Amino acid sequence: MFNLLHRLSSPPSFFAFAGRALPWLLGGALLLIAAGCYQGLVVAPADYQQGDSYRIMFVHVPSAWMSLFIYMVMAAAGAIALVWRIKLAEVIASASAPIGASFTFLTLVTGALWGKPMWGAWWVWDARLTSELILLFLYLGYMGLESAIPDKRSAARATAILALVGSVNIPIIHFSVEWWNTLHQGATVTKLGAPSIHPSMLLPLLLMAVGFKLFYFANLLVRARCQMLEREQRSHWVSTLIKEAA
Amino acid sequence: MDSFLHMGGYAFYVWTSYALALVVLSLNWILPRRALHKRWHALLRREQSSTGKAA
Repeated sequence: MFNLLHRLSSPPSFFAFAGRALPWLLGGALLLIAAGCYQGLVVAPADYQQGDSYRIMFVHVPSAWMSLFIYMVMAAAGAIALVWRIKLAEVIASASAPIGASFTFLTLVTGALWGKPMWGAWWVWDARLTSELILLFLYLGYMGLESAIPDKRSAARATAILALVGSVNIPIIHFSVEWWNTLHQGATVTKLGAPSIHPSMLLPLLLMAVGFKLFYFANLLVRARCQMLEREQRSHWVSTLIKEAA
Repeated sequence: MDSFLHMGGYAFYVWTSYALALVVLSLNWILPRRALHKRWHALLRREQSSTGKAA
């Protein structure tokens, strides 16, 4: 297992592996997202309180889960990069940031589009919304700091520290609906005990969640391949690869 | 079909959410793909021009 991981973390084998895994990940993601949209928009019944507006949940909640998950990947990869200086970890952390920022943006905007008809306001300064907005600023700050440092390796170290410090925000977002009085509803799926959501609504939610996750991995591989080519353009393996293709 | 598009009166909110998700995911796919393609071809050109000079 460790041997396999070690082999995979070398840039040339990662580059080849990513190329092979990509079509499967993307295909799976598209299939699951299409099925999730069909189940969520057509098959699932309207909510007895919120009518059809609740269907925004099938985009909003998986995006929100991804915004937290990607941040944790970024912070973990950053920690690995800090301690062991593994290039692949640096690349994964840096390639994750724009995808995480995208999902955080999507969470905030779909939340506003759901909040307006249900709460009567696009935005309220409550704990859940504010901490998610801070998450967006953390992602943007990460990307800004990275682009401000020309040397990739020192940029990776500085941004890893930022990601690790910012990770205190993750439990705050998750527990914000329990710690503070808020308009935002509590957890219905990720709580202890049985989820308080009907199976016909849980199915599209899970399809979309897994679809988004596969999409993240596929997207991560494309971005990581691109960064690998750039960082390693003078290395032997890249020139061999290019010579074969030329 | 009409009632499906109508979304119980929430058409604007529901369809805008799904359309935005589509736009964000598509951009996330297209832009990095294009960047990878560009980088690959830049490296290819560099290789071809250097072998061209040598020959």
